[in-house]
Amino acid sequence: MTDATYNSSAAATGRPVRRDIGIKRRYAAERRFRLYGIIAIAIGIFFLFALLSSVISNGYTAFWQTTIELPVKLDEKIIDPSNQRATNPNVLMTANYPVVVRNALAEKLGVAATDRPAMREVSKFFSDGVRNQLREMVVANPSLIGTTQTIPVLASGDIDSAFKGQIDLSVDQANRKVSDQQVGWMKKLADEGVMKEKFNTGLFTYGASSRPETAGLGVALIGSLYMMLIVLVLALPIGVAASIYLEEYAKKNRLTDLIEVNINNLAAVPSIVYGLLGLAVFINLVGLPRSASLVGGLVLTLMTLPTIIIATRAALRAVPPSIRAAALGLGASKTQMVFHHVLPLAAPGILTGTIIGLAHALGETAPLLLIGMVAFVVGYPTTPMDPATALPVQIYMWANEAERAFVERTSGAIIVLLLFLAVMNIGAIILRRRFERRW
Amino acid sequence: MNLMTERSLEKAVGDKMNTVVNTTKMKGDKVSVFYGSKQALFDVDLDIPEKMVTALIGPSGCGKSTFLRSLNRMNDTIEGCRVAGKITLDGEDIYDPKIDVVELRARVGMVFQKPNPFPKTIYENVAYGPRIHGLAKNRHEIDEIVESSLRRASLFEEVKDRLHEAGTGLSGGQQQRLCIARAIAVSPEVILMDEPCSALDPIATAKVEELIDELRQNYTIVIVTHSMQQAARVSQKTAMFHLGNLVEVGDTEMMFTTPKEKRTQDYITGRFG
Repeated sequence: MTDATYNSSAAATGRPVRRDIGIKRRYAAERRFRLYGIIAIAIGIFFLFALLSSVISNGYTAFWQTTIELPVKLDEKIIDPSNQRATNPNVLMTANYPVVVRNALAEKLGVAATDRPAMREVSKFFSDGVRNQLREMVVANPSLIGTTQTIPVLASGDIDSAFKGQIDLSVDQANRKVSDQQVGWMKKLADEGVMKEKFNTGLFTYGASSRPETAGLGVALIGSLYMMLIVLVLALPIGVAASIYLEEYAKKNRLTDLIEVNINNLAAVPSIVYGLLGLAVFINLVGLPRSASLVGGLVLTLMTLPTIIIATRAALRAVPPSIRAAALGLGASKTQMVFHHVLPLAAPGILTGTIIGLAHALGETAPLLLIGMVAFVVGYPTTPMDPATALPVQIYMWANEAERAFVERTSGAIIVLLLFLAVMNIGAIILRRRFERRW
Repeated sequence: MNLMTERSLEKAVGDKMNTVVNTTKMKGDKVSVFYGSKQALFDVDLDIPEKMVTALIGPSGCGKSTFLRSLNRMNDTIEGCRVAGKITLDGEDIYDPKIDVVELRARVGMVFQKPNPFPKTIYENVAYGPRIHGLAKNRHEIDEIVESSLRRASLFEEVKDRLHEAGTGLSGGQQQRLCIARAIAVSPEVILMDEPCSALDPIATAKVEELIDELRQNYTIVIVTHSMQQAARVSQKTAMFHLGNLVEVGDTEMMFTTPKEKRTQDYITGRFG
């Protein structure tokens, strides 16, 4: 009954009597609300860690690839049996290079050439990608024929998975993709130090492939780079010019209100709609090629523009009116005021908005599906008009593959994409810190 | 105290001079200002004498700042603002379509209520005006303008060692004198000051007032102020506004000793406002 004593003493000393307004309840409510906040943040952090740890634990192995250092005799009898290569260079293109490697590997493992079932197992042990690998080597330098070269041969996808311990070898060999014989060879080669995991540069250089060990992000990286450049070159100047006009020059009336509402609405339009627009306008109407990064870049530009315009207008609005008044009062024209004073002060905000918009565009998949960028592109695109894929689209395509080696590559590609996004966001923060001025 | 007597002496001499030289620099003729449909100023007739300080006083919202801002067409930047009547500078109508507003603002400079230096160096703050108006041919000439402007704003001695540091790093009073230096640098004929001391402490205020007193040797000054003492100290002519009307205008001494209007008397004695 402290309240009662308080009240009576208050009355005695002539202080006003306070009604009980539930101070304890108020503090309790505040504590409760803080607790809710902490719980919300904890849930967020938990899921972020769950996501990152699952992606990283699945994907880090994609950056390593099992390789066999194998001395291969480039046998003339197999590559060019009738010795026509001087007159018919096509021979070197169509030669059966995998047989050369198979023979070399069989010799290494002590498998007799007459043991046909064992030879088949040997063929499945290494990647068919050697066909390209040897072809490029030999075509570039035909004098290698007849010599013995030590070549890093990629293990096939299943062997790679088994070597990384991703295939359960305790199940019956009929129910798994790797035979006991192959497991034995794997141990033998590993003991000899010939077979080991190397950093997977191919993940960044190879194009599309149905064999996981020769599938890479090369084409997707180039496609994404082209698209980012197109978005930057188109969306930044158009967006900034539009914002400056709307914010500094345009009269505030019905029309500008309508434009403003529509820009805000465009920012909320689902990205797949932009894909449909790109398909209808850029491909069907204008006749640009399908799957081209140019079309992808244009679609992403349209998608990024509202973001950049909104960020730029907010940055322009944040410049204090006193700076504008000072410039105008000195006799600067409106354009001088904007370009000498307002724009430099708004630049950090504009840059941040642009980078966030670019990062958004980099991760966008849906509109690219509609304009045909889900394509099996093996060769590098030399211009933005050539077919290409993009990083998120490549992830989408790999996620549809069943093989274990593609699963790790999917996660590996996600790690690459997340790294790019992290770099862009950190760049935005650094730029903002670097150029921020106080007044 | 010594300072005060010197200043009042100077003021007395100045007042005598002003009675001799008394040409009109700017002239407002039935000036009305509308913000949208709301009228803020009603048919104001006011002459601004050359090389004198004219103080505009009155309670908040009386239209004195509006009148000031219409003298260099800063009202143009406010959407929906319309000015009727005629304002002349040396006999030229400043609202004539042939008049270039950029040139007008170079001739009629402005100092604002809150010090608003550009977030650039002290040097760049002063050099900006001369650059955009082509007042200097080379770097050397700009250096000279910067130094003389800072000297006239009695700021040079305080900042000469840090001309290339940020202008926003100065104290409030120094910032306001920097803004005055910036306005002087484009060689204006008239300087408009919108409550230039309201954000400053008394010591900084005294310095700025002293500066205003010196500046009237060369410039015509119009100052809006809320401080009666300030109007009495720095101005030679005072105009009293109330509810968008010009109540009374006259020599400052007359206004503060024997006002003709009751409203003026009530206001300067602090009975309303």
